[in-house]
Formats: sequence, C-alpha cells, structure tokens
Amino acid sequence: MKDFLNDWGLTTMVFLPLVGAVVMMLIPKAEEELHKFIALLTTLVVGVVGVFLTANFDWDRSKDLQFVVDKGWIDVIHSRYTVGVDGIAMPLILLTLLVVPLIIIYSWNHFPEPHNPKAFLILMLVLDTGMIGSFVAQDLILFFVFFEVVLLPMYFMIGVWGGEQRQYASIKFFLYTLFGSAFMIVAFLALFFVTGAETFNMVDLARLVRENDVARNTQILIFGGMFMGFGIKVPMFPFHTWLPDAHTQAPTQGSVILAAVLLKLGTYGFVRIALPMLPEGAMWWAPIIGGLACIGIIYGALGCLAQTDMKRLIAFSSVAHMGYVMLGIATLTDFGINAAIFGMVAHGLITGMLFFIAGSVKERFHTLEIARLGGLLKQAPYMGWMLGFTSMASLGLPGLAGFWGEFPAILSAYNPAEGLNVGLFRFYMFIAALGTVLAAAYLLWLFQRTAFGTPKEEFAHEHVHDAHLTEWIAWLPMLVLIVVLGFLPVLIFGMTSDAVQVVAQALGR
Amino acid sequence: MLASLVAQAAQLPFDKPIIDFHALAPEIVLVSLMSLVLLVDVFKLEEGRRFIPPLTGIAMLASIIPLISLALDGADRSMFGGAYVVDNLALVLKAMFLLSGYVVTLLASNYLAEGDFWESEFYLMMLSSILGMVVMSSSRDLITIFVALELLSIPAYLMASWEKRNLRSNEAGLKYYLMGVFASALMLYGMSLLFGVSGSTLLTDIGAAISGGDSSTPIVTLGIVLVIVGFGFKVSAVPFHSWAPDTYEGAPTPVTAFLAVASKAAGFVALIQLVFIGFLGRADVVEPMMWVLAAASMTVGNLIALRQTNVVRLLAYSGVAQAGFMLAPFAVVGTNAEDALTAVVTYVLIYASMNLAAFAVVIAVSRKTQSGEVSSFGGLFGYAPGLAVAMTIALAALAGIPPLGGWFAKFVVFRALVAADSAAGYTLALVVAVNSVIAFYYYGMVLKAMWFSDAPDGDTSPIRVPVSLVSALTLTVAATILFGMFPGLIGHFTGNLQGLLAAAGG
Repeated sequence: MKDFLNDWGLTTMVFLPLVGAVVMMLIPKAEEELHKFIALLTTLVVGVVGVFLTANFDWDRSKDLQFVVDKGWIDVIHSRYTVGVDGIAMPLILLTLLVVPLIIIYSWNHFPEPHNPKAFLILMLVLDTGMIGSFVAQDLILFFVFFEVVLLPMYFMIGVWGGEQRQYASIKFFLYTLFGSAFMIVAFLALFFVTGAETFNMVDLARLVRENDVARNTQILIFGGMFMGFGIKVPMFPFHTWLPDAHTQAPTQGSVILAAVLLKLGTYGFVRIALPMLPEGAMWWAPIIGGLACIGIIYGALGCLAQTDMKRLIAFSSVAHMGYVMLGIATLTDFGINAAIFGMVAHGLITGMLFFIAGSVKERFHTLEIARLGGLLKQAPYMGWMLGFTSMASLGLPGLAGFWGEFPAILSAYNPAEGLNVGLFRFYMFIAALGTVLAAAYLLWLFQRTAFGTPKEEFAHEHVHDAHLTEWIAWLPMLVLIVVLGFLPVLIFGMTSDAVQVVAQALGR
Repeated sequence: MLASLVAQAAQLPFDKPIIDFHALAPEIVLVSLMSLVLLVDVFKLEEGRRFIPPLTGIAMLASIIPLISLALDGADRSMFGGAYVVDNLALVLKAMFLLSGYVVTLLASNYLAEGDFWESEFYLMMLSSILGMVVMSSSRDLITIFVALELLSIPAYLMASWEKRNLRSNEAGLKYYLMGVFASALMLYGMSLLFGVSGSTLLTDIGAAISGGDSSTPIVTLGIVLVIVGFGFKVSAVPFHSWAPDTYEGAPTPVTAFLAVASKAAGFVALIQLVFIGFLGRADVVEPMMWVLAAASMTVGNLIALRQTNVVRLLAYSGVAQAGFMLAPFAVVGTNAEDALTAVVTYVLIYASMNLAAFAVVIAVSRKTQSGEVSSFGGLFGYAPGLAVAMTIALAALAGIPPLGGWFAKFVVFRALVAADSAAGYTLALVVAVNSVIAFYYYGMVLKAMWFSDAPDGDTSPIRVPVSLVSALTLTVAATILFGMFPGLIGHFTGNLQGLLAAAGG
C-alpha cells in the first residue's frame, strides 16, 4: 500500500478523473443516472486516495516534498514529469478533493439549462484533473500545462450553462487568463535560460537562481511576467474585471469551483513559484502587490455596496478577500504567507458556500436581484440561517474560518519582512482593517435585505422548498469545516507552517 | 549539328553518379505506384475509378515503408555531390508529407465522388505534387529545390481550380497560378545572383562563399532577399499573403486543406534548407527580414481573421498568422540556430496535424450545411457532439492551449526566441505572446457558434460522416492530442537534426 501510494498515489489522483471522463464519453448521453454515478464515484475514489495520502503523509517532514515521482517527459526541453506534495499544497489539494464531489452531489437534480449532464460532468472531471495537477506539479512546464487545462472546461461551463451574458463573460474570462499565461510562459523560459538550468524543476531552479546570483533587474522583469500570469488569475486589481462577469454568468457549480479552487491557482503560484524562485524580484514587487491588494480590498468592498445582484455582490467580495490573501503574501513573512494559505482555504469554503446558496435562491425565486428578495428566513428558514452563518464567517467573525485568513493577514502587515518599508505596510494594514468594517457592512446588509422582513409581494404566496436532501449533503461538510477550522486553525497552520518556513528562508528571512 | 554535339559530349569525361537505391526507395515506390494509378485510369476508365482513391492512399503509405527502414539504418546518405541528401530531417519531413497526403486523400474521396469533379486525374495530380514535396525534403541544391518546387506547385495550381464550372474556383486557381509564377520568377532571379557570387548551386558551397566576403554584400543581400520573398509567397507570409484567402475559399475544401498544410509546409522546408545551410553565415540579412515578416504575418493575419465570417477564410488568415509563428524562429538563426531549427520543424509537424483536423471537420459539416459560414456551425454540439469536440480540439490546439499539440509548437518557438537572449528575440517573443491571445478570439468565435448558439435554421438532423472522413478525423485528432500530452514523441523526431547544421559547418 505504502509503495503504491509512493509511486502511483499522486498520479492516480491527478489522472483518475480523466479516466472517468473518457469512460463517460463512451456512454450514450441518455444514460443520465449512470453518468452522474460514474462522475461521483470517480471523484469519491479520488477523494479516498487523497485520504490515504494524507494518512501516510509524514507530518514531521511536512516541509519536504513527499510521494515524489520524477519521470522523463519531454526530454528535448528538459522538462520532466515531477510531482510531489508538501505542506503548502496539501490543504489546497484536500479542498479540491472535497469540493468537487460536493458540487456533483449538489448538481444531482439541479443541472442548469441546457441540462446535458454528460457533457457537464465530463468538463467537471477534466477541471478536476487540471486543478489537482496544478497543485502537485513540481516542474514549471508541467505546472503550466495543468494550469491551462482548466481554461477550456471553465470556458464551456460558463458559455454553455451560464446566464444571459454568458458569451461575453466566457470569452472575457478566457482572453484575460490566456493573456496572463502567455506572459507567464515567457517568464518561465527566461528563468530557465538566465539560470542556465538543465531542468524546469522548481526546487532546482530556485537553488540555481541563488547560486548564480541572478541580477536584481532580471529578477524584477521575470517576476513581472509571473505577476501577470498569477495576478490575473487571482485576480488582483486592476485585472479583476473578468471575475464579476464570470462569477455572475457562470452556473452555480461553475461559480463554486471558480471561487473555491481556480482563484487559488494564482495565489498558490505566487507562494510556490514566484516568491521562492525570485526573492529579490519579490522584494521589489512586494510593495506594489501590497498596494494593489489594498486597493482590491477597498475597491471590492465598495463594489459590493453598489451591487443590486446577490451573485455579483459575492463576486466582488471575492476580489476583496483575495486582496487579504495577497496582502499576506506581499509581507513576505512566514506569518503572512501562512495566513494567506489559510485565507485561501477559508475563502474557498465560505465563498463557495455563498455561491451555493445564491444558486439555490436563484433556482427558487428565478432572480437574484436583492431588491426583489426578502424574508428568506420565513420562507426557507434553514437556508436563511445558513446564509446568515456563512455571511458571518465571510466577514471574519472570530470562531469561524474566515477570521483566521483575514486577521493574521492584516496583522502580518504590521511587521513586514526586513527590507520592506514598514511605514508603508502599516498604512496597508490600516487600509485592510478598514476593509473589514466595510465587509461587515455589505455582508450584513446583504443578509438583512434578503433574509429579514417579510417576503415581497410577488413571492409571498409561493411555496418555497427549503434545502433539499442533495443540498444538505453538499453543504453540511462545508459548514462543519467552517466551524471546525474556526476553532482549530491549527489543522491548517500545522500543515503549512514548516513548509512556509522553507519559502521564507528562500526569501532570505 | 546535333550529331556533332553528341559526338563532342561523348568525348567529355563522364563519371557515373553513385545512386543509392535504398535512399531513393521512397521516391521510386511513389513514382511506380503513381504510374500504376495513371495506367489504371487510362485502361480501365469508369470501372477503375473506385480503385483509384485506395490506390493513392496505398501509394502514400507504401512509400513510408522504405522511410522506416532508412530511419532504422540511421546513416546519412548523400548523393549527386551533395545535392540530394537523405538525413533525419529529410526522413521526418517526407513522412509528414506522405501522411498529410494520405489524410487529404481520405478527405477528398467522398467530396470528389459526390460532387461534380474529375476524379482520377485529381489523385494523379496530388501524387505528383506530393512527389515534389518528398524530393524537396532532400534537396540541398538550388536546382533541385527549384525543380521540386515546380513539381509540387504546378499540380497544385490545377487542383485549386478543380471545380470546373465554378467561377470562384477558377479565380482561385488563376490567382494562385499568377502569384506562384511571379514568386518563382523572383526566386529564380535571386538564385541566379547567388550562383553568380558563389559559382555553385550547392547550398553548402553558397554558404561558404557568401558568409565571408564583404565585397559582394549588395548582390548577396539582394539574392537572399529575393529568394526569401519568393518563398514568402509560398508560405503566405504578410505582405505576400494576398492570394491565400481567395484561393483557399474558392478551391474545393480538400484542396484547401492540401494547400494550407502540405504546400505551405513544403515552402517552409525549402526555407529551412536555404536558411540553415546556405544563408546561416549571413544572419545579418536574414534575421531582420524574418523578424519583420514574422511580426507582420502574425499581427496582420490575426487582425484580419478577427473580421471573418467564413470558416475557410478564417482558417486561411489563421494560417497566415501561423506562418508568422513558424517564421519567428528564423529571426534568431544567427545566435541560436539549433533551437530555431528544432522549433520550425516541430511547429510544421504539429501544425500539419491540427490544421488537417480542423479542415476535416469543416468538410464533414459542410456535407450537411453546404456552407462554410461560421454561423452554419451553430448548435453543432447539440446534434453532432463528436464533430464539435473534434473541432474544439483542433481549434484549441491551433490557439496553443495545453494539453493539445499546439502548445508545444508555440513553446519551442518561445524557447528559441528567449534562448537567443537578445532584444530582437525578447521583443518577438512578446509579439508572439500577444498574438496567441488575439488568435483565441477568432477561434473562440467558431467555438461559440458550435457550443453556445442554436442551429441556424433549427435543422438538427445528424450529419452522416463517411468512413474515410472518420478515419481522417481519428488520425489527426489523435495525433494532435498525443503530440500535446507527450511532446517527447515529436522531440524524438526533431531532437536529432544537427546533421543539417553540421553540413553548413555551423
């Protein structure tokens, strides 16, 4: 068993969804139940593999890559199939393994128009491969390939199953991300050539940058290319404009996946690739990233306050929350990066959950216009309370998961890494703290207007079904985790802290 | 008079050239089977017609067998004083041409049989054109290159106007012919200048002669520029691209596929040989020119493609842009010849598979819709999901999205440009980067029609796809996916091309 996990565990986890997708392609479209069953089974098996991997993960060595597989792939360009997990990737992989099956369960009877579960679930499984692959890849080219694999399925998911403006939103999403990745690949190549490396292995490249004393200006330029790639994916202000459109137009499942996992690919890229490989570039960029993060926090919050559509509001809140994550990263301290990773997981659970609820509200009322909603607590009390609970978590209430992403990130800005402008970062800290007040304002306001009071006239006499069984199954694990992580943040911090130390050391702290 | 000349000639010393029949076996097999096709057509007429497409296909595949034995043998073979060389590069390219020819045969067979076309002659034309390409792959001499070029072009002019009573098809053929002849004339003039300077038609001799001497710079420059311009027409690089969209749209679609893939690749093969063997020493002339051609082709091709509503025209302009991507590595030949060579060859191979896949779908869909408009692809995902997925794979590959073939092609181009570590290389890499994003917009228009729109007239009856098209699709799509997931496959062929550069002494 141990041997199997060591040699094949990660590979199985990455490619099993693809195998499921191929099997589903061979089954006729009409067999809907069978398709749902195969998709769920595949993701559950992947989840079980993930659990075994976690159980066999050596937590005392969480700073090292484990279950490493290193095989030849593209010899001509010295790129290898290198996969492995350490404490930074682990929580994000587990998040992916959890969220995807939940989405399939949620979809069970809720396939958005034009239905077609076969195609929808195949895309979902391909997405799954791309996401898990990105988190385990330890070779820049391999990472790039997985990073891009998620694009097309998401494009189709938004474009085919999305809302009214779906075509615009899908192409915008695609072009933005593609633009970023084009710069990113040039940056990867530049890194490869300036170090004179014979490999795209992330660890080796980071070492070579140090050993060869790559000039500061070169590092700044290469970091700039990566910044375009990852920053657009996060998304950071001013590249965020694809996000509200994509989130609003995507089907519920798409929004959840986008919020829970896809955005994390960008922040993960910063932590895994950009920071440890280009420490001096990171130093130069950190104040800019911090500044953009703060603008994102405030801009996102103000954007939320101006929204009339529930889903769009949640989308803008994503911009704000990812701002905290980026602020944590920008401090370049182990404290800040730990907070950022916690923030990624917390945001994934909480915002994913908010999108789930928004999707269910839309299904029942056929609108997400806040002004037309109201009295959710009366018509569907369970859903109403879940919305309240998740909003509280999202605004960072202590005791729930959101707090541990937000608060330490703000705190870390008080004491940024040596060499950064302390005054500037304390100013950022002040701005970010201001953002939490605004977050409380827009979330409570959202909750109040949709859940309190009496239902509006047009829906007053309609029978509204409270949460269905599939919704309960999909939501409970997320709600439970929000609480558990709120009380036991050490579950995540314990995984990440040693591995983050390594990043911080690479940064010279 | 004649008798005395012959008598004189007989006095001249004559060394019988050494002919390596193993090295020539692919050409010999191809010519024999081509003759068989001709004979079957002449003697059997109507009843023989149905045998001709399979026979053509067999001719292509059978010619690959000696290629394999040559590859296993592994030795580079050179004949006729170095004018005709069979090395790794030549073998890989020959295999690509023969396979492309096979796929085009599959694409054409139903199209021709069901339309108002002369059938048997078409295959003969195609075989001779392919023969020209196969010869081109081995040509290392100006005259051989020119003969190969005409051998592959003249049948192609005829094929472009194969739809006899269709004005557009006639226009296509005529435009292609006039432009092609014009380009040939320019090229010949350039070649004559190079011959004048070097006193030899062998590319290696030319390379040695022109790399040093500064005195002859203007003539050499003019010669190089004219030759490259001539092939610029062939590969439809901007500003010599104007024939391509009209020709592509007017010609029967299988012919368009043939022109867009095989004929264009042949132009690149000639460029590879000329530049990497002959002109490598004059990178100062080649590099700036290629930089401009590449940047202009990508940008102009992409921008015009954005406005197209016809899929074939769209693919034509996308082909112009792709030619720009393929020309880009030439802009750094001076500093980084090895990577540049690998990049161009890799791109040409992958481009062949993904572009043929796209054309296969276009042919399949137009069987039902009788139209090449983008809107006619509406709702394809609803009623023909297989074709829609195949087209998606082809277009996404052309756009360069991993894990489909095109990404690796773009990647090696980036790699060659960045590795040159020069301002020209980096700026061109950025132009490539921006253009790959623009390109997705128009590929996305087709994807959008297929996946997001409804069928234009509500007609959702399924498309009957004949077996030959299915096999063509399977082959090309499988190749596109495999090249993307395991680029090592391509690397296996393109990783060992230094022999060419060694010949140039570079």
